[in-house]
Amino acid sequence: MARRVLIAEDEPSILASLEFLMRKAGHETRSAADGEEALGLVATFRPHLAILDIMLPRRSGLELCRIIRADPSLAGTRVLMLTAKGGSRDIDRGVEAGADDYVTKPFATQDLVARVQALLADPFLRPALDARRGEGA
Amino acid sequence: MRKPSLRAYRIVSLFLLGCLLFNYPVLAVFNVGATAAGIPVLYVYLFVAWGLLIALAAAIIEGGS
Amino acid sequence: MLQGWFVVTVSFAYIGLLFAVAWFADRRAAQGRSIISNAWVYSLSLAVYATAWTFYGSVGRAATDGVGFLPTYLGATLTMLLGWFVLRKMVRITRLNRITSLADFVASRYGKSALIGGVVTVIAVIGILPYISLQLKAVSTSFQILLGYPAIAMPAKAGSLEVMQDTAFYVALFMALFAIAFGTRQLDAAERHEGMVAAIAFESLVKLVAFLGVGVYVAFFMYDGLGDIFARAAGRPDLEVLMAPLGGAAGSYANWVWLTILSMFAIIFLPRQFQVAVIENTDERHLKRAAWLFPLYMLAINVFVLPIAFGGALHFPAGEVDADTFVLTLPMAQKAEGVALLVFIGGLSAATGMVIVETIALSTMICNDLVMPLLLRIRAFRLTEMRDLSSLLLDIRRAAIIALLMGGYFYYLLAGEAYALVSIGLISFAAAAQFAPAVIGGLYWRGGTRTGALAGLCAGFAVWAYTLLLPAFAKSGWLGVEFVERGPFGIELLRPTQLFGLAGLDQITHAMIWSMIANVGAYLVGSVIRRQSAAEHVQATLFVDVYQQTGEPGSSWRGATSASALQTLVGRFLGPARAVELFTAYARLRGAKSVDELEGDRDLVRFAELQLAGTIGAASARTMVATVAQEEPLGLEEVMTIIDEASQVIAYSHRLEEQQQELEAATQELKAANERLKELDRLKDDFISTVTHELRTPLTSIRAFSEILHDNPDLDPAERQRFLGLVIRESERLTRLINQVLDLAKIESGLAEWRTAELDLREIALEAVNATSAIFKSRGVTVETRLAPRVPLVLADRDRLMQVLLNLLSNAAKFCTPGTGRVVVRLEADGGAVRVDVQDNGVGISRENQALIFEKFRQVGDTLTDKPSGTGLGLAICRRIVGHFGGRLWVESEPGRGSVFSFDLPVAAGARGAERLVANA
Repeated sequence: MARRVLIAEDEPSILASLEFLMRKAGHETRSAADGEEALGLVATFRPHLAILDIMLPRRSGLELCRIIRADPSLAGTRVLMLTAKGGSRDIDRGVEAGADDYVTKPFATQDLVARVQALLADPFLRPALDARRGEGA
Repeated sequence: MRKPSLRAYRIVSLFLLGCLLFNYPVLAVFNVGATAAGIPVLYVYLFVAWGLLIALAAAIIEGGS
Repeated sequence: MLQGWFVVTVSFAYIGLLFAVAWFADRRAAQGRSIISNAWVYSLSLAVYATAWTFYGSVGRAATDGVGFLPTYLGATLTMLLGWFVLRKMVRITRLNRITSLADFVASRYGKSALIGGVVTVIAVIGILPYISLQLKAVSTSFQILLGYPAIAMPAKAGSLEVMQDTAFYVALFMALFAIAFGTRQLDAAERHEGMVAAIAFESLVKLVAFLGVGVYVAFFMYDGLGDIFARAAGRPDLEVLMAPLGGAAGSYANWVWLTILSMFAIIFLPRQFQVAVIENTDERHLKRAAWLFPLYMLAINVFVLPIAFGGALHFPAGEVDADTFVLTLPMAQKAEGVALLVFIGGLSAATGMVIVETIALSTMICNDLVMPLLLRIRAFRLTEMRDLSSLLLDIRRAAIIALLMGGYFYYLLAGEAYALVSIGLISFAAAAQFAPAVIGGLYWRGGTRTGALAGLCAGFAVWAYTLLLPAFAKSGWLGVEFVERGPFGIELLRPTQLFGLAGLDQITHAMIWSMIANVGAYLVGSVIRRQSAAEHVQATLFVDVYQQTGEPGSSWRGATSASALQTLVGRFLGPARAVELFTAYARLRGAKSVDELEGDRDLVRFAELQLAGTIGAASARTMVATVAQEEPLGLEEVMTIIDEASQVIAYSHRLEEQQQELEAATQELKAANERLKELDRLKDDFISTVTHELRTPLTSIRAFSEILHDNPDLDPAERQRFLGLVIRESERLTRLINQVLDLAKIESGLAEWRTAELDLREIALEAVNATSAIFKSRGVTVETRLAPRVPLVLADRDRLMQVLLNLLSNAAKFCTPGTGRVVVRLEADGGAVRVDVQDNGVGISRENQALIFEKFRQVGDTLTDKPSGTGLGLAICRRIVGHFGGRLWVESEPGRGSVFSFDLPVAAGARGAERLVANA
């Protein structure tokens, strides 16, 4: 089932690879190269899943994650953090900010896709978001 | 070692000045038969130089302590 | 009022007054309110330097030499100027080591050698005897002249009278009694004599007042002021010569200089001067006041010397009255009885002051450094078993004082008439000067050894005796005159007054030259031919580095003993009551209730040794304490062993102390280094985490696309090609990053290789522009060069410099807008440097980012459009390269208006001339 996936990543080549992987998995994607752009897309695109690089320019991935979590209308949005450092401290901070899962760079593509699918298969995800969407439409 | 103070340098300089004043050839300059205010020049010179040395020493040592 | 009985009565009344002053000072000292602990009193007590020689003899000398009497005081003035350095060091050493005399000082310095102490004592005693005889001569002569009043007659020749009728004999006897009464009433552990010092200071005032009094009387009452005296003297050819006497018959400049040097030494090394200036000093700071006050005193007491001498010479027919007596005979001739009496008292003051201090100082040396070491070493006396030695010590000193004055008297009989007062005094000065090399060398040269000191002292003294003492004996008829005139066994080369043919100098100068050559030479040679023993080394360090010490010297005693044994030992020398007092005070200090509670540890042993050292000298004290600490009957062998062992221990503990200090210093350094390392470690962690982050980024892309390509064999060719291109680009980025990280690491760790040469920046700039022309063309950016035609050479590594320029140029190309971009490269000489500017009209850099771009991994760019493709290390590396060659790299920029990256490099030293040529051209 196609889902809306927002990808926020400032490294163009990594972004390109993520876009390809998500589209290949059958999802609809929007991309952002910095935090501000991603924030705008969160409001308009209302993604089921946001893949956020933790070190984004202008607004960090952590900040975005917190904003998403604070917005009740986005309760159904899942957040996957991408971290380069892989230190436990980064992961802690991501979890603290409300991320649902994380992937360390460099990642194995199959692992990443599997995690994305697991997050999107969450049974609570569909009704909440679809209902809203239905209302808004 | 402690760094020698400015005062120490001054005193040593004064010592060297004294060595110079009470020695040939400076003495020879004043070793003449002339008189100043009726007093032999050599005699006047020695006591004035001596007094000057003492006054400078007092000023250096007692001043600003 | 100048009858004999009256003069004697006044004299004794005056002596009584001195005792009263001394008694008062002692009482105040006992109450803890010392009156001598005062810079003025200290300065006055130094004036014991002015003896009867000054009082009577200066005028005598002036009558024959004009200003020739002055070097004695000018030299002393010069030394006092340096008192804060030289004397203070001696005072500090003396206080810390409880040194009791000059002999003790020298012995202590050279490994507590009893032999050296003995030699110094012998030299001092023989050398000073003439000086003491001078005082006796002065007092007895002045007394006899005074008795002849109203006639003015020179007294009978010395030796022409029976001893029992000779005034000088009684003067000697009475002076001995004064000295005994002043200096040996009690034993003091510190060997200080507050009462004596107070009396001496008082005497100094009296003799100054007396001399100024007679000076004013002669100059202004007898004559019509100084001008009058000199005017009259100018009319007498024999006196006129004396107004400019230098270089003439009366004395050469060499004599003048040597007399100055002699008195520079005498002011410290005469035993009495050492006593008042060093031993009796209560506060180092007093030296500051004394440095100018004492010279002022000498100036004052000398102002009227020449006028009195001329006045006397004008007044009395030539040859009738001895010029040494003018001070007294002039007022007598004018019937000014009061002035004459004042002069006599002043002269008595000068003489007694000198005799008292000199004999006390010498008797301490004789007792501590000559007699006691001998007695303690001779078993037959069983001295080590005696219960109370304090009265014995006092008796030895009393006997020494009497012996000294009797010795002085016999020298007076023997040689006293042959010389004028000043000449006698100078012989003693020359003897005292023999201590200078050993003491001054010992203060500042750690390498001076016991052997050297012994050799120097003996050689100097021998030459002194040969060139001064023997001729004095010969002159007095005690030795054959041929000995002096023809030399021993008729060998002319060995004539005592023209040794090795050195003629044309006066006797003192001649003796000083030869004795100093012998003394200093032997000291240096002796010091270098034999190694120092451990004990000597320890003492040498204690002396030379005295300012580095904080407390008293550390104890070296190994064996423990009981407190009571030590107390008994100290009691034997200081008296049991005094010992109880000292030990009780010490116990209280240590927090013990009574002496019995004290442990006989090394501190206590050291305490006892110091108390004894103050009484019997360092060498003997060590010997005595060793007997108790070992509980064995004393034998020389054992003592030597103990001393040796103890010395080894000192040396060892000293080395330990040094090592400990070194260790502490090393620990401090290690701590600091550790801190630095921690800081570096933190920086390194930051760096590594940044590097990993930067490495992960290209790695992530490479891995992701490799997997995509691997998992999707059916990708359409265009996409496949695009992905492969990305993989290649990211791989290149990774390679570049790794290379630059390694490069930076090499530069920072100092492992980078630099091939420094003199370079022409113009040529390198052109080459760099050529190399980057392709990049500029591809980006549509124009490059313009404005290079000075000739610039001075700089010292740098060609490849590295090229790297910097390429980096700056490619940065400029990168940040320029394609099409309208324009880059200007400028090169010019700028003062002592050559400067390169790379200007672009690109986006510019905001002020806050200008500092950041030179840091590692800081990239600034418009991230909305494109990420800069650099690694973030280029500028950091450039800045380090430029910095390595002494230059700076900086940027000036405004956002939107482009940036100028500049660096400069100092002109190579050899190229400065060329630069100037260029500037002039």
